[in-house]
Amino acid sequence: MRIWCYGDDINTDMLFPGKYTYTCSKPDEIKPHLLEDLDPEFAKSVQAGDIIIAGRNFGCGSSREQPVVGLKAVGIQAVIAKSFARIFYRAAINQGLLLIEAPEAVDYYQPGMDVELNPDVGRIRIGGQEFRFPKPPPEILGIVEAGGLLEYTRRKLKERTGRK
Amino acid sequence: MGMTFAEKIFARKAGKSEVRAGEIVFCKPDRLLMHDNAAAITDKVAKELIEFGVANPDQVVIVLDHTVPAVDEKTAAGHKKIREFVQRYGIRHFYDVGTGVCHQVMVEKGLVLPGMLAVGSDSHTCSYGAVNAFATGIDRTEAAALLLTGETWFKVPQSIRIHLRKRLPELVTAKDLVLTIIGQIGADGADYCSVEFWGDISYLTIDDRFTIANMGVEMGAKNAVFPADEIVKGFLTGIGVERSQWQEVWADPDAQYQQELVFELDRIVPMVAAPHKVDNVKPVNEFKGVEVQQCLLGTCTNGRASDFALAAQVIGRRKVAPGTRLLLLPASRSELEKALDAGDIQTLIEAGGVLLPPGCGPCLGAHQGVLAPGERCISTANRNFRGRMGCREAEIYLASPATVAASALTGKITDPREVL
Ligand code: SF4
Repeated sequence: MRIWCYGDDINTDMLFPGKYTYTCSKPDEIKPHLLEDLDPEFAKSVQAGDIIIAGRNFGCGSSREQPVVGLKAVGIQAVIAKSFARIFYRAAINQGLLLIEAPEAVDYYQPGMDVELNPDVGRIRIGGQEFRFPKPPPEILGIVEAGGLLEYTRRKLKERTGRK
Repeated sequence: MGMTFAEKIFARKAGKSEVRAGEIVFCKPDRLLMHDNAAAITDKVAKELIEFGVANPDQVVIVLDHTVPAVDEKTAAGHKKIREFVQRYGIRHFYDVGTGVCHQVMVEKGLVLPGMLAVGSDSHTCSYGAVNAFATGIDRTEAAALLLTGETWFKVPQSIRIHLRKRLPELVTAKDLVLTIIGQIGADGADYCSVEFWGDISYLTIDDRFTIANMGVEMGAKNAVFPADEIVKGFLTGIGVERSQWQEVWADPDAQYQQELVFELDRIVPMVAAPHKVDNVKPVNEFKGVEVQQCLLGTCTNGRASDFALAAQVIGRRKVAPGTRLLLLPASRSELEKALDAGDIQTLIEAGGVLLPPGCGPCLGAHQGVLAPGERCISTANRNFRGRMGCREAEIYLASPATVAASALTGKITDPREVL
């Protein structure tokens, strides 16, 4: 597992250039352009289970959903940041990408440290040091685990009718 | 400790005695608005709709407004699909081509009332804060899920309190005020926040408040809201809504705010947002003499009878300058009828104005009034992003109806106080 570490105000154009907005919408079209202008290495070597650590206001800018779809498609386990922009935060949960707001943990992290994540209990371990973050409510974890809001909704409806 | 407007709304809707900013709650919005994008939304869950149906047909409102009358075969097919959907699932609140822009229709038909929670698959859903509703935009995925379950999640926002003092001067409007606020705090100045308006608001009409709440999202806000005072009550009585149908909500005086701001209204002057950002705001005088080829008077921001009345007052018996086009885009049929009765549409047409059907058309560059490369438009709409009116090489300036009318007269960006 690799940790990708970035700074403050990472906007949606850095995550996925606006010039591709109307030509790429499927996960496979998005993947090669992910973080293109920020870190060309990312798209080449990102692997499922990797984590992104970033500063304040991650995901600010436009409302396009490709950055979220792309990060989800390459298998990013979670983004840990000091804070997230509103539209990005919502879109991420709805697409099933786990976001964790943990400013102290971000400050503590130094390249090379181990990161271990346990969202169910609201805990991150970084280089042996433990950090707590407000545990996402079960429904939000449920959405993320289901792989997004639509999948979550489908399951809920099936359960309901199954019980009848 | 007291609660803000947003905290109270979500406590009520989630059935709790208290919630705090930052908490996540699940609740059932009173309204789910969709427009022409309902075709794409229902497509996402076509299979599930057949199996499970629509959770709450009365929650759903659909207004055809973005590409009306249909622009091409594709949009026509979308409209047809929506009409079939409405029939099949018994959606009562459906408004076909010509009724008006969705946000105006929501308010004037009494579909959103004080204390309600409304969501819509359009970012300017925040407009309903004018009538004391908590209203905010959502994405299409979420609208699709809502159709199936009637429920969604919310993170209770932090709040900002804006105090308004005194009155706006003659020919200075609510649009100039909201542009001033956005210019000062920036396009992300209220990011994720609920913005509450306090103070000397009794001078602001429902139309003024609509314009201000409408542009809440242009300062990043999740919603922007006014209390249900006598002005709101008078408006609701006027459209035939019974007092028993709604329960207003307002913040406690000791609620906690992330930020408090004060604006002195008597010092506001006509403002213009220059390309290509809404917070690129300066007084109109700094753009004096900039030539405009098109003037757009209308949209959900400023397409009401009162806006046409102000424009007609500025233009009077004079004519639009040669080389300039004046487009009139009413926010709804009912507002168009009022402006016709008042004689203001006649005045503007005699001056050279072109009347478009109530709807969105040129505002989003869908059709009617698309700009050419190198052209400049001054508009009463809410966004001046590059390419918004259909052409990347064109420029859009945002201003009040008075400033747009004055600019139509001279063919150049003009302070309305100089031509009246
Ligand atoms: S008039 Fe413009 S801003 Fe208003 S809903 Fe239509 S496209 Fe959006």
